[in-house]
Amino acid sequence: MGTHVIKMPDIGEGIAEVELSVWHVKVGDMVVEDQVLADVMTDKAMVDIPSPVHGKVIALGGVPGEVMAVGSILISIEVEGAGNVKESAQPAPVKEAPVAAPKVEAVVESKPVAAAAPRAAVCQGPMVAREADERPLASPAVRKHALDLGIQLRLVRGSGPAGRVLHEDLDAYLAQGQSNASTVSSAYAQRNDEEQIPVIGMRRKIAQRMQDATQRAAHFSYVEEIDVTAVEELRAHLNEKHGATRGKLTLLPFLVRALVVALRDFPQINARYDDEAQVVTRLGAVHVGIATQADIGLMVPVVRHAEARSLWDNASEISRLATAARNGKASRDELSGSSITLTSLGALGGIVSTPVLNLPEVAIVGVNKIVERPMVVKGQIVIRKMMNLSSSFDHRVVDGMDAAQFIQAVRGLLEQPATLFVDSF
Amino acid sequence: MQSLNTTLLIIGGGPGGYVTAIRAGQLGISTILVEGESLGGTCLNIGCIPSKALIHVAEQFHQTQHHSQHSALGISVSAPTLDISKSVEWKDGIVDRLTTGVAALLKKNKVQVIQGWAKIVDGKTVDVGDTRIQCEHLVLATGSKSVNLPMLPIGGPIISSTEALAPTSVPKRLTVVGGGYIGLELGIAYRKLGADVSVVEAQERILPAYDAELTQPVHDELKKLGVKLYLKHSVQGFDSSNNSLQVLGPDGDTLNLETDQVLVAVGRKPNTQGWNLEALNLAMNGSAIKIDNRCQTSMRNVYAIGDLSGEPMLAHRAMAQGEMVAELISGKTREFNPTAIAAVCFTDPELVVVGQTPDEAKAAGLDCIVSSFPFAANGRAMTLESKSGFVRVVARRDNHVIVGWQAVGVGVSELSTAFAQSLEMGARLEDIGGTIHAHPTLGEAVQEAALRALGHALHL
Repeated sequence: MGTHVIKMPDIGEGIAEVELSVWHVKVGDMVVEDQVLADVMTDKAMVDIPSPVHGKVIALGGVPGEVMAVGSILISIEVEGAGNVKESAQPAPVKEAPVAAPKVEAVVESKPVAAAAPRAAVCQGPMVAREADERPLASPAVRKHALDLGIQLRLVRGSGPAGRVLHEDLDAYLAQGQSNASTVSSAYAQRNDEEQIPVIGMRRKIAQRMQDATQRAAHFSYVEEIDVTAVEELRAHLNEKHGATRGKLTLLPFLVRALVVALRDFPQINARYDDEAQVVTRLGAVHVGIATQADIGLMVPVVRHAEARSLWDNASEISRLATAARNGKASRDELSGSSITLTSLGALGGIVSTPVLNLPEVAIVGVNKIVERPMVVKGQIVIRKMMNLSSSFDHRVVDGMDAAQFIQAVRGLLEQPATLFVDSF
Repeated sequence: MQSLNTTLLIIGGGPGGYVTAIRAGQLGISTILVEGESLGGTCLNIGCIPSKALIHVAEQFHQTQHHSQHSALGISVSAPTLDISKSVEWKDGIVDRLTTGVAALLKKNKVQVIQGWAKIVDGKTVDVGDTRIQCEHLVLATGSKSVNLPMLPIGGPIISSTEALAPTSVPKRLTVVGGGYIGLELGIAYRKLGADVSVVEAQERILPAYDAELTQPVHDELKKLGVKLYLKHSVQGFDSSNNSLQVLGPDGDTLNLETDQVLVAVGRKPNTQGWNLEALNLAMNGSAIKIDNRCQTSMRNVYAIGDLSGEPMLAHRAMAQGEMVAELISGKTREFNPTAIAAVCFTDPELVVVGQTPDEAKAAGLDCIVSSFPFAANGRAMTLESKSGFVRVVARRDNHVIVGWQAVGVGVSELSTAFAQSLEMGARLEDIGGTIHAHPTLGEAVQEAALRALGHALHL
């Protein structure tokens, strides 16, 4: 028997830390080759860590939410044969090389201790979950008092010996207002309950990136209203004609097309700004990030080379990526490398939004809701389909005039949809 | 037909029923209690209390006789004689005082007691003779009855515990059918009163509900007293022409046990017959009424408590259930959630079981420390001329929380209080080991058992 140690792999270029998201195994589990052991997360994507060996899990290197250094020990697996650690974890004979033995002990023992600490911390609150059939230890008076108060004793943390629930524990539980819903007798009852949600994993990533973006970039937001009556007519026409065979078009592929065409004249907007190196990289390719709401939070899958795709091609790619992102199936590549981002709140829309830049990009274009409004056209009040475009730019490297002109160009293209497709060179 | 209305109607005035009524009265619930015989039920009239009275008489007689022959204590008396009718009179006096006391308590708490046999009409209506009672809540507390054997119908020389507790004379020979606690308590008492006693038990040991280690001291004492045991023997029938009981041995051999009386003590069953319980069509749990942890039956606002609701058939369980049901009816939130219910056998020596035995703990998947302390090393036991028996504790190995106590020995029934309390309070071995127990008492063995489980008993 030997021990096979798997270290946190370097899964992104130059990433020093990786967040452990979830364990798919626990200590004592038997694992087979290629079985997924854990999910870890980089800046962009969730990555599976498969097992390279058959064996039994003997130690986990961290708890979900822990940010671990690349190269640190992720998991130790007991395997047939020698393993990849020099000596087995069994008590080494005294004559054994003194260097190797403590190293292995550190693998097996010190890590689980570190892993246990956060769990103990979770139990510090007045609430605790017991197994459904576990009888909480409590005196008859405490049990009766809990019934009187409508508290499920099972949920109360016991601070007494061996976890015995004391009268004080009931008081603490009540003070926290974490009695369950059955005790709330009126819809107008005053509530003092609080729930602490650890900001880990995806949420922590989003928080960091949003904070980073707002601290570093100088956001300049610009809103313009666009008459989308014509493009909506075109869209309806195309859907009627080709919907059955090529799939339905939303407004998004038209917007992507408008960006592609407009960006030809505004290369400073299809760019990435490395503010540490003080270099702006302008890209020929238009890689459009599509901000997508997934269950675990905001994700930005990327339509690559939108400039080389047809309307339907872009449409199907957006749809495919959005589905993949929502299902957590988007790969790291699909979630990185955008040069400009499109964000839409869809039908929810709103009038105006102030999108936060997806650094190191320098522009993000937000789509608001289409509404029919009375507009004055050639002296006549007519009903037109109007839509606001709320965009933000990094004012450090994009001048306000350029930004405004870019949006005006987009507006022009969308209001005269033929120009989206007329070869203009 | 007279008709009455009440909030709560209780059928049965035993420990379950009368406690429900008292508590309901305290809580201001209008309550009617229907009892067909005497208040106090089986427990006070033909069960717990009279049997303990008879056991006391037997013990006193036995001790005096012992002193008249060879007293190590230096007491000399002439051979005692027994006037059993006076003994029964004394016992009846106790029963009278207790049942009168119950009646007074019910009156004090404004409970209306109706004498008569209840017949259920529906879940809210009960007839007693010419009286129809309408209620909102119905508590069924009709208790249990002795199990009869078809080949041994009660009558003449064949008696049940009821007759055995009101003897007109002590038979020369008594054969007890059933080696459970009722059969042994009465069998030992009759032996001490002078009868030649035999016990027929189908299983391979006496008190088969308990483990062999625990019952061994009782087994030894039976031998010492000269009680003949027919283990793994089953009853075939009774021949009244020559007063002999036919029993079948384990090897297929038939024995004829000549005897003057046969006491049938093969258990008790819920009393579900004869009061039109069928009208409710309640869900059953075997022969008992099925209840949830609030003693609610399958019919809304109909409760069943005590022996009628099945095992363990113990008066103190019925009382606790009754108290809870009254509080439930008053609108409180309650559930029946004891950690343990003590079971006591008033054999010689006495036997107590509270919580999990070592076997039960093991079956429940617990890793436990089991430790016992013998009364042979307890000073107080010696002064009581008691050398046999022990206190045993069962505690979880991981956190030392005590999950069970057992004891066998003279006077250990009183230790049940300490045992139940330690379990309900969630005591650990260290708590009991760290409690100063008065010297010299039998209770010291309780502390020592806990200390021994921790590896440092002081007097062993």
